[in-house]
Amino acid sequence: MAFTLPPLPYDYTTLEPHIDARTMEIHHTKHHQTYVTNLNAAISKFPELNGLGLVGLNKAAGTEKIPKDIATAIRNHGGGHYNHSLFWKVMTGPTDSNGPSADLKAAIDSAFGSFEAFKEKFNAAATTRFGSGWAWLVVQEDGKLAVTSTANQDNPLQMAIVDTPGIPILGLDVWEHAYYLKYQASRPGYISAWWNVAPKREATDPVVT
Amino acid sequence: MGTALAGQKLQFRSSVPCRCTRARTVFTRAELTLKPLPYSEDALEPHISRDTLNVHWGKHHRTYVTNLNNQIKDKPMANKTLNELIVEAWNSGSPTPEFNNAGQVFNHDFYWESMCPNGGGEPTGELKAAIERDFGSFDEFKTQFKAAGATQFGSGWAWLVAEGGKLKVTKTPNAENPLTNPAQTPLLTMDVWEHAYYLDVQNRRPDYISTFVDKLINWDKVAERFAEAK
Repeated sequence: MAFTLPPLPYDYTTLEPHIDARTMEIHHTKHHQTYVTNLNAAISKFPELNGLGLVGLNKAAGTEKIPKDIATAIRNHGGGHYNHSLFWKVMTGPTDSNGPSADLKAAIDSAFGSFEAFKEKFNAAATTRFGSGWAWLVVQEDGKLAVTSTANQDNPLQMAIVDTPGIPILGLDVWEHAYYLKYQASRPGYISAWWNVAPKREATDPVVT
Repeated sequence: MGTALAGQKLQFRSSVPCRCTRARTVFTRAELTLKPLPYSEDALEPHISRDTLNVHWGKHHRTYVTNLNNQIKDKPMANKTLNELIVEAWNSGSPTPEFNNAGQVFNHDFYWESMCPNGGGEPTGELKAAIERDFGSFDEFKTQFKAAGATQFGSGWAWLVAEGGKLKVTKTPNAENPLTNPAQTPLLTMDVWEHAYYLDVQNRRPDYISTFVDKLINWDKVAERFAEAK
């Protein structure tokens, strides 16, 4: 069974002015679609892997569970499909009620001292990730929250590959394609604006409990 | 080894009179400066837009220079040439914080000079012969070079290098470049970070790559570097 491009939970214009409609459209219909297409092409050679599902594939990335022939494709395109699917879900229109659920806020306060302190760490991770990649808030195996970043389309589910594995709660795409049309060289401007459209409260609830 | 890049030495001398009767020579650390583009910002239109060069050179490249200067200020590294700094900061594969900025300063200098208005077409003379010898044909070189650019996942660079008397195509991620490989001499580079093409062709990296190869390569400059490398 092939993976498919999930529809956005909103229109391309919904995140304006913080993320522009043209970026949303290209990001979704071109970049994300390409990861889906390439993931399906890789899996088609080993259909038994379909049983793992997208999360399972990412968890298996970099391990002997994935045939050598498609190891890089699963890491890059399995990663890309998971990452973007999560990204669309944690964002919502700026006029909707945003911000973390009460549970998540309490967990953040406990782990980082305050939401502002967490934001600073997260923004630093997003700013300093050199080249392409993502910034993440994750729940680690011991239940603790952590901020981390990954290169390219790697993600914290890929525990054999990354240095801070965990279940992602929030993810921010800092590949230039995520912000270049509107922000050009100003990645910090994009990161700052992103907090107007993230996190979507409902998206963070299930993960914390 | 490596190519001589004029204007990237990081120190200059000045004579300072002191209490002794003889003038002393003092080494004063200077800063790296952002090398001007070899052409105007609109010179590569319609292939690369003025807006792209304005941001790519004026913001990205400039920021690498500024950040590197801040990192090396008042440190022994400031006494090195850019090329020396890159090798030192590479630190045999465990790069220090200066590496990304130093590598990107070099890479962008090298990239601007790898292009020219009315570029592209074909190389001539000894370079053409060497390409045909080592790739089989110019077409095969183009195929490999384009593939390197297209398959460098994430940010990075495609290169034509000389290695052991032969030409080959390589690719590097992020700020990496052939200077850290003592066997290689870079001859040509193409930036495939998204900032190099996103304003112009968005996700269509292959279109940018074709335009670069067909319309922008400064083969005279590549030939000059090739001659120096031999």
